[in-house]
Amino acid sequence: MEPIRVHSGLVYPLNRSNVDTDQIIPKQFLKRIERQGFGQFLFYNWRFDEEGEKRDSFTMNDEKYNDASILIAGDNFGCGSSREHAPWAILDYGFKVIIAPSFADIFYNNCVKNGILPVKLTEDETQAIIKKAEQQKLHLTVDLEKQLVVDEDEFNFSFDISDYHKQMLLNGWDEIAVTLTNEEKITAYEERQQIIG
Amino acid sequence: MTQPKTIIEKIWENHIVHQEPGKPDLLYIDLHLIHEVTSPQAFEGLRMKGRKVRRPELTFATMDHNVPTKQRHIIKDEVSKKQMHTLKENCEEFGVPLADIDHPDQGIVHVIGPELGLTQPGKTIVCGDSHTSTHGAFGALAFGIGTSEVEHVLSTQTLGQAAPKTLEVKVNGKLGTGVTAKDLILAIIAKHGVRFGTGYVIEYTGEAVRNLSMEERMTVCNMSIEAGARAGLISPDDTTIEYLRGRRHVPDGEAFDEAADKWRALATDEGASYDATVEIDANEVEPQVTWGTNPSMCIPVSSNVPDPASQEKDYEQDAVQRALDYMGLKANQPIDSVKIDYVFIGSCTNSRLSDLKKAADVIQGRKVDDKVTALVVPGSRTVKEQAEAEGLDVIFKTAGFEWREAGCSMCLAMNDDIVPPGERCASTSNRNFEGRQGNGARTHLVSPEMAAAAALEGHFVDVRKITNTTVNR
Repeated sequence: MEPIRVHSGLVYPLNRSNVDTDQIIPKQFLKRIERQGFGQFLFYNWRFDEEGEKRDSFTMNDEKYNDASILIAGDNFGCGSSREHAPWAILDYGFKVIIAPSFADIFYNNCVKNGILPVKLTEDETQAIIKKAEQQKLHLTVDLEKQLVVDEDEFNFSFDISDYHKQMLLNGWDEIAVTLTNEEKITAYEERQQIIG
Repeated sequence: MTQPKTIIEKIWENHIVHQEPGKPDLLYIDLHLIHEVTSPQAFEGLRMKGRKVRRPELTFATMDHNVPTKQRHIIKDEVSKKQMHTLKENCEEFGVPLADIDHPDQGIVHVIGPELGLTQPGKTIVCGDSHTSTHGAFGALAFGIGTSEVEHVLSTQTLGQAAPKTLEVKVNGKLGTGVTAKDLILAIIAKHGVRFGTGYVIEYTGEAVRNLSMEERMTVCNMSIEAGARAGLISPDDTTIEYLRGRRHVPDGEAFDEAADKWRALATDEGASYDATVEIDANEVEPQVTWGTNPSMCIPVSSNVPDPASQEKDYEQDAVQRALDYMGLKANQPIDSVKIDYVFIGSCTNSRLSDLKKAADVIQGRKVDDKVTALVVPGSRTVKEQAEAEGLDVIFKTAGFEWREAGCSMCLAMNDDIVPPGERCASTSNRNFEGRQGNGARTHLVSPEMAAAAALEGHFVDVRKITNTTVNR
């Protein structure tokens, strides 16, 4: 997984709450056995109509957001299914940071494990960024080390993240390798519990 | 005397392998359930790093999401076929037990775990599926995980987890006649929203919860994730223990009695405290129908669809309006005036034998409305066999239902069981998200009894009216 420290990029605002993982990546695209190539299906049913044509009504199809790498949305982002295909699709499409007032638990974990930085801002801060990004091309800088979200003139918001998640993202750790440094403790637990294989 | 503890704290403490300040606790995982959709990339990850499955005997796989329900062996979709084949190959390579499409134990992973007695009180149970919360009905700590976590558990039989906050959902009083466990959990989510459980593990307590059967408890715990909680559980009691007695993977004889004593001791201690508590009165719960595109958009069958104008904030008004537009409904429309095209009885929420029996009781001697396509998809091959032994298949087929093979089916439409665009389905499943049952499909979540009643009438109806007629006849 790619480490992430500071990321600057164009914002795509999606002013919806409770964006569920069925919308992020619809079920018909879950049948692949690889991790790559899901970006083309991101928000598929919102982006494309039944004939596969782009829907003009969905703002992500607006060319001005083509290079967006920061997604900002309403609260409870990523609710629903545990499918990791959702963060895979978001990352593969080109987003590195997601900002929302709150995230669903499983989705949040899935993001961190794939090197996507989930940033929790307040409802008011989120709405302020969304409104500005709807009106103009907005670039933000998200600094994980300093835990700050800033733009050129107006915004300077701090955010919380657990130290463990922060270190994982900053270092791009392989979590299994980290756990396996405690392998003798796992074995000791199994012996204590008489889990014999 | 030691500090009173909740069952959540007890299970947690029993499973800590390693603790370090500032890091999540490393928890041992007792049971890892696997299915075809969220596991292939995890096995591939193991192969790439030359890692093994640490405890294949604590891992159990089945095929459920993609499987056809008309004829088991006719899989038209090549990609689905490949995914199922990949699971079989992975299980063979890594030595993981598998109930594949031809196995008599095959079924929805959250139906067969309990059925086989793999699910037991006090266990930590994970699966790459958010409805793993179902197993909490037994007093297990069970939660859904992503594919990276699946890989982590395969490789280490552990998972790093920050200690959750605890949330008591106390259900006072008794559920009325014709009001089900499904109505209860929908009413809880309607009242408190789709994220009141985020960051928590829920324990369901109170008189109405104690009175639920094991299968009803599974329905309640199943939908904990729709409230945002990764896990929801119920302290074990006699109901739990009697359900488990005699199941294949449960000890028997004296060993069972010893296990039962341990299970009872897991129950939350008198006087234990939770980080938060919400209460609901079961007497006030009516049969529920969802009207919108998340499970909290839900009303009693006697009421009207909400008006966006009644919402405070502009983006909340937009959300209600967008849901009404998607669902093809008008503000203030009575929900029982809404006509349906499909009925789906199935899913990990409501596909067990008692669910099918209750639906069959409603339709016995009656006919499905001409305009409605109705199907019953048992949760497992065992449920199907048991239902057939009791003649339920005949009742359903005589009424005009299709009687299918076991699988997830129309709950998420990954196989051929799809609701067409713009069509409306009364469904016993757990999610009414946009496109969940097919692109453009409109889903209304209900209990099996309410789904059966809607199938007969061609629109939503309070099932208590229909069952009253039965009594009068």
